[in-house]
Amino acid sequence: MSDITKQSLTELVENIKNKKLSSTDVTKAFIQRSEKSSELNAYITDDFAPALDKAKKFDQNPNLDLKLPGIPMAVKDLFCTKNVKTTAGSKILNNFVPTYESTVTENIWNEGAILLGKLNCDEFAMGSSNETSHFGNVQNPIDKNLVPGGSSGGSASAVAGQLTPITIGTDTGGSIRQPASFTGIVGLKPTYGSCSRYGIVAFASSLDQAGPMAQNVKDCALLQEVISTYDSKDSTSINFKRNHYSKELTKNIKGKKIGIPKEYRVDGMPKEIEDLWQKGIQYVKDCGAETIDISLPHTSYALPTYYIVAPAEASSNLARYDGVKYGYRAKGENLIDMYEKTRSEGFGAEVQRRIMIGTYVLSSGYYDAYYLKAQKVRKLIKNDFDEAYKKVDAILTPSTPSSAFKIGEKTNDPVSMYLNDIFTVPVNLAGLPGISIPAGHDTKGYPLGLQIIGKAFDEQNILNIAFAMEEKINFKNKITDWWIK
Amino acid sequence: MNKKNTEYLINRKDNQYEVVIGLEVHAQVLSESKLFSSSSTKFGAEPNTQVSLVDAAFPGMLPVINEFCIKQAIKTGIGLNAKINKRSVFDRKNYFYADLPQGYQISQFKDPIVGEGKVILDMPNGQKEVGIERLHLEQDAGKSIHDLDPQNTFVDLNRSGVALMEIVSKPDLRSPDEVNAYIKKLRSIMRYLGTCDGNMQEGSLRADVNVSVRPKGSKEFGTRCEIKNVNSIKFMQMAIEYEANRQVDLIEEGKTIDQETRLFDTKKNETRSMRSKEDAHDYRYFPDPDLLPLEVSEKFIEELKNDIPELPDDKKKRFIEEFKLSPYEANILVSDIDTAKYFEEVVAKMGKNKDIKLAVNWITGELFAVLNSKGLEISQSPVSAKNFAILINLIKNGTISGKIAKTVFELMIDGDKDPQKIVEEKGLKQQSDPKALEALIDKIINENREKAIEYKQGKEKLFGFFVGQAMKASGGKANPQLINEILKKKL
Repeated sequence: MSDITKQSLTELVENIKNKKLSSTDVTKAFIQRSEKSSELNAYITDDFAPALDKAKKFDQNPNLDLKLPGIPMAVKDLFCTKNVKTTAGSKILNNFVPTYESTVTENIWNEGAILLGKLNCDEFAMGSSNETSHFGNVQNPIDKNLVPGGSSGGSASAVAGQLTPITIGTDTGGSIRQPASFTGIVGLKPTYGSCSRYGIVAFASSLDQAGPMAQNVKDCALLQEVISTYDSKDSTSINFKRNHYSKELTKNIKGKKIGIPKEYRVDGMPKEIEDLWQKGIQYVKDCGAETIDISLPHTSYALPTYYIVAPAEASSNLARYDGVKYGYRAKGENLIDMYEKTRSEGFGAEVQRRIMIGTYVLSSGYYDAYYLKAQKVRKLIKNDFDEAYKKVDAILTPSTPSSAFKIGEKTNDPVSMYLNDIFTVPVNLAGLPGISIPAGHDTKGYPLGLQIIGKAFDEQNILNIAFAMEEKINFKNKITDWWIK
Repeated sequence: MNKKNTEYLINRKDNQYEVVIGLEVHAQVLSESKLFSSSSTKFGAEPNTQVSLVDAAFPGMLPVINEFCIKQAIKTGIGLNAKINKRSVFDRKNYFYADLPQGYQISQFKDPIVGEGKVILDMPNGQKEVGIERLHLEQDAGKSIHDLDPQNTFVDLNRSGVALMEIVSKPDLRSPDEVNAYIKKLRSIMRYLGTCDGNMQEGSLRADVNVSVRPKGSKEFGTRCEIKNVNSIKFMQMAIEYEANRQVDLIEEGKTIDQETRLFDTKKNETRSMRSKEDAHDYRYFPDPDLLPLEVSEKFIEELKNDIPELPDDKKKRFIEEFKLSPYEANILVSDIDTAKYFEEVVAKMGKNKDIKLAVNWITGELFAVLNSKGLEISQSPVSAKNFAILINLIKNGTISGKIAKTVFELMIDGDKDPQKIVEEKGLKQQSDPKALEALIDKIINENREKAIEYKQGKEKLFGFFVGQAMKASGGKANPQLINEILKKKL
């Protein structure tokens, strides 16, 4: 059984198609491992019994032409799943059961996959360590008391810990790539408009994007192929020609020009990150690509810009959680009192902080100085990339400025926590695709990731580069199963 | 009040004040479904039966623009002679209320879909032009119901998300009468276009009224107050009258006017403060990140322009030229699209040898009277345009007299009967055979020899007596003109 959970998605699909494994075998194996892994706290809600029923049903009449035939899969609890509780990691939605399915998860089930459960995340995806979840911390399978990163911390932990063969997260400022980097897995944030936002609990609408988190690049490409569809229910969904990412995946990246942006060499960056980056540069060269030094001059403004735009949108997006229609409701003397109590009790500290920041930057008198200026800077950041892409095909950077940190280490220092996103937020602001791949270990043996940023809609290219580098890096995640009961 | 010069002024001692009014009209877009969802917009449904997940702001739900509503707004803009903005932006207007599920209203703030335009009002002392500042699209909120339960407020979200056009006028209006004419003109234009049904009872048309006063002749504006959500023209006029007088009184007492939002109490006929400028909401407008800026092409606008029907101003001009109507008559006929339609159908059905003047008199006279007394719209007229046209032709060609026509018309009302048939069945056809009438008159003269002699001796009044007798003898069917001619000859 333990063999099953060690297999990659691609292997499992192959084994089910060859009838070497049944969906029931696979589903059972992941359920059993998940059940032994409660210490990771990766799940908010499990759906194990129905999953097993679905697997048995699948096996009775298996459709092996599907891309994810009978594959069990847990997903981040930000995706609305029909008849399965969806909390967004928040007390305010702790009793919310959607009557509808997000487009992204719908696409996954339509290809034969089976929901295992809903994975822990930072509350409303606001956080970089999964410590803001109302449902508690998530442990990083790499080491005890280590954060898995965030906000898709439960997703990262579940893939690295082999509780699910693959998963989906959402990435607003790095929420897929940073936890992927912290847990030694692959995470792709697609181009804005690639995956529908319909049915995903919104954090910051102009930045949110769903994407795959996987054990390897090929699995990642396969899931991206499934989830990326044009959706008329999302006005920001873009109708472009989507590749068959897994079929078209190639390690041949000869002659590709890879940009190395000098502005990502930030003050105080640990030497091991710098070393990792240099190694990455060597890897791409070994693959036959060419590296070119480039400049993205407005990079240092990305983080402050992000922490204006994202909270502004969030403050408005979260106004609907008012206790009137669904979710948590506190008793109040009158409407205003009910609102205040519901929202004070229902939202955690980090969410409240961001609502306040967002409300402030949108207030009359401050709007021009903050929100409007941030929008202008956002445009400049995008222009930086446009300019760079005249010379290069992709950009290589570290994924994060450090490896995973200890639980509680940064909870009292929000700014230091926000600095985690320094290499990932520019990508969201510019709406570009970015992938994090595991590329090495730090001195403590914790994984470190490298990020490849692509042109808009050029997911295939960064997947190919990642695929080529993956072979050279030959990364092995050091999982000891310390949490297994 | 000074009615001289038809100027609306408020007098206090030696001072005269002019009233300055601007309107923000909220017109519900005539559409099957809501602005950002596919729920029905039908009025009067059971509470909360026309609510989609988008309208109720469920997590992860996203707005998708209803293209038909965009077309309706652009058409209205064209009808208001306004600039159509090829790029417009939907913004979020953020505030908390129980009947606002999203916690924000999607509206247009900086970049509305329609820019400056104008409408022409026909006032008794001539035409008046009123400037339009802008027209923007926005979602309606739901409805809070406070009086069904002593403890709780109920919320009905059927209206939540319905498309509204907010039409903002320039502060060009100067009296309650002009406001009346302005609202009616807007309503008329939108009904011609089919972009708003203008039904004020159902709340399809309501307005926020901005009122300020200033000494007559002053060029500067006074401090304005906004009276929220007034839903009938009569109430708008009453509210303006009360509010203008209130402001003048404050000035006369040496006090200042606070810029504030006020409510009109229809029972007490007064406005009262709702919130001051200091308490005004900070709506934190910002572009809705769920919606891309709305771009429309020149071609799109041109196609809509080609789709615009003849509007009241043009129709009026044509009626005057083509049918030789007076401006007054033309106005009455064009102001309501259904009246214009009815009239034009009557004209068409009357055929070649038609008497348009007669038709106009009958529409504005007999038909309007019947509609009024029955409380019907002309679209519900008990007499069809076709039968109405036949009736007018029967008068015109002398088949029946005007007097008989009134009898026939009354019979037509019950079940839209064919007047030709009524005339035949009831034998109401006018007697125009001179020989038959001569015989009839000979008989009357014979029976009233003495009176005939008196008439000949100079008692001319008696001519009427003979006409009356002749009409009576013919059962009212005799052609009065012929009767006159024959009597003059015989007596």
